[in-house]
Amino acid sequence: MNAKRDETKQEKRMMAGNAACVEGALAAGCNFYGGYPITPSSEIMNLMARRLPATGGVFAQMEDEIASIAAVIGAAWAGAKAMTATSGPGLALMLENIGYARATETPCVVVDVQRCGPSTGQATRPAQGDVMQVRFGASGDCEAIALAPWSVQEMYEMTVRAFNLAERYRTPVFLVTDELVSHLHELVDLSAETAVLKRPETRGLPPFGDSATNAPTPMPRFGTGERLLVTGSSHDEWGYRKTTDPTVQRKLVERITSRIAGDRNEIAEVEEINTEDAEIVLVSFGFSARSAYAAMRPAREAGMKVGLARLKALWPFPREAIRRLGDGADRLIVVEMNLGMVRREVERVASCAVSGVHKNTGEPISPREILRVIS
Amino acid sequence: MNVPDIKKYLRSEVMPTPFCKGCGHGILMHAVLIAIDELGMEFDNMLFVSGIGCAAWIPSPHFAADTLHTTHGRPIPFATGAKMFNPELDVVVISGDGDLVSIGGNHLIHAARRNIDITVIMANNKVYGMTGGQLASTTPHACITSTTPEGNPEREFDTCRLALGCGAGCVARYSVAEPVKLRRAIRNALRYKGFSYVEALTICPTQFGRMNKMPTPFQMIEQLREVCVPGTREQVMAGDVPEGKVYVGEFS
Ligand SMILES: Cc1ncc(C[n+]2csc(CCOP(=O)(O)OP(=O)(O)O)c2C)c(N)n1
Ligand code: SF4
Ligand SMILES: [Mg+2]
Repeated sequence: MNAKRDETKQEKRMMAGNAACVEGALAAGCNFYGGYPITPSSEIMNLMARRLPATGGVFAQMEDEIASIAAVIGAAWAGAKAMTATSGPGLALMLENIGYARATETPCVVVDVQRCGPSTGQATRPAQGDVMQVRFGASGDCEAIALAPWSVQEMYEMTVRAFNLAERYRTPVFLVTDELVSHLHELVDLSAETAVLKRPETRGLPPFGDSATNAPTPMPRFGTGERLLVTGSSHDEWGYRKTTDPTVQRKLVERITSRIAGDRNEIAEVEEINTEDAEIVLVSFGFSARSAYAAMRPAREAGMKVGLARLKALWPFPREAIRRLGDGADRLIVVEMNLGMVRREVERVASCAVSGVHKNTGEPISPREILRVIS
Repeated sequence: MNVPDIKKYLRSEVMPTPFCKGCGHGILMHAVLIAIDELGMEFDNMLFVSGIGCAAWIPSPHFAADTLHTTHGRPIPFATGAKMFNPELDVVVISGDGDLVSIGGNHLIHAARRNIDITVIMANNKVYGMTGGQLASTTPHACITSTTPEGNPEREFDTCRLALGCGAGCVARYSVAEPVKLRRAIRNALRYKGFSYVEALTICPTQFGRMNKMPTPFQMIEQLREVCVPGTREQVMAGDVPEGKVYVGEFS
């Protein structure tokens, strides 16, 4: 860890969420971007095109999203801290290779700026409909990591965190934002402490994890004489393809899933506000959590014991926190711009009544709509 | 003749290869390694990228260098990312016709247009060998495949014409029936600064030969000798190939 506080960046600056994401990526050491334009993520790409070459990094505009994530993974194996950004339809094209990144333990960051689907849908309008796509979109068993910022400041900080988690677990990490958070303009403190994980240079270790502990080994890179065998086919810790060996397959899946599932509580942070005495807990994330937050005050003023649990990560799902909140409250109300994706997860673990405020019309949920359900 | 020892480039623990008896991919594998040896390239600085298919197994896991065995059709953009981030690496893509031209055609044309400094070696056995001999975009008109039992009603791609049309500066095609010329073409492609493309016409006796009245590898090699005629860049670009023939040569 190399903790730094950049004294030159002390003043707070007004910027958009997508711009803060770029600043966060650069602070985290991102030196490769591969992408394809899509609203509402394109500003990330446009900014990267200018900022990356100036900082010694490499920018690649690819022919489609399949190629974008492929280039990101290729660059990561060549030694890059690499990322891409897209929206729902582009993410759909990336998923096969995201599955490949998981199977090959490739660290990288994928930003998904959600827009209103299905299909091309409302390209300029916000939604939160990719919750399940990031979790289950690729084939096979896996664990996903997906962070969910609700402010421009968090667009910065969580991008840094996404890079660090990608390095630590050697896996692709999603930053799942939405049109509103990405296009919001707010004051950002770029001098915030950023601890950046460095990739250690090691030689001769098995490239694909320690099968005794399932911990990742340091990410190696091409061109160092390691003669790396990298394949998405079922493989042992040295990369040898063994596609009919049940033990090799079991160990591979165990390796890539248990290290994330095992740290679920640490990865899946939940910010709790007024939950100690709450009879009703609003569960939300991203921009919708701002609406929930805004609804909480008038509700409290009207004498209702309302709290907010804001999911800072969607995956791994913060099961334990939600279970505990459900045990203490009468009702959990999930607030999200989709027809019930997180609610489905909440219902699976909560012992109390669960309902939701759902909207997928391309408009944010208003605090009034939430109040109507609370009272 | 002084035969170079290519064993040093192979992972002995994975030999023999999984290819069928008489498969042409082994001849191409040999040609690539001899070309590398002749050029004296530093094997540890080479990255071999492949997609999915029998041809994609030529480098992975056999080559004792860095290998990236990717997803079906996508080796070129993986290679592009690695090369752009570390231009010092010698990056070579080796994969099949189904992989590079059918599902991955979009990446091929863009890499050629971009002139990214990689070498793409395409093993064209005119069929999807691995999945059971289905039609590819490189299957000649009228050929029988698992999915065209009455014969292919479509026409095939001339992939060298395609690469030249996209601006590739180094394009060649030879068959495994002419390994010396094939090797020379691979050497020149590996030496070339910029995007280089070699189409290696090869044979799949198991899936293509059997269905098209050439059940033995020998018959398939004979057929390759028959259909290949020397051609120039201009002839390839003009697309005026005589009926049933294919132009071979270094076209740039
Ligand atoms: C996305 C995806 N679609 C389909 C397949 C199935 N598949 C595996 S290999 C292959 C064809 C390979 O053909 P080619 O590249 O010509 O190689 P060959 O086996 O002929 O050498 C196909 C369609 C796959 N692995 N992935
Ligand atoms: S199926 Fe065809 S291409 Fe595949 S190994 Fe057998 S002969 Fe070779
Ligand atoms: Mg083929």
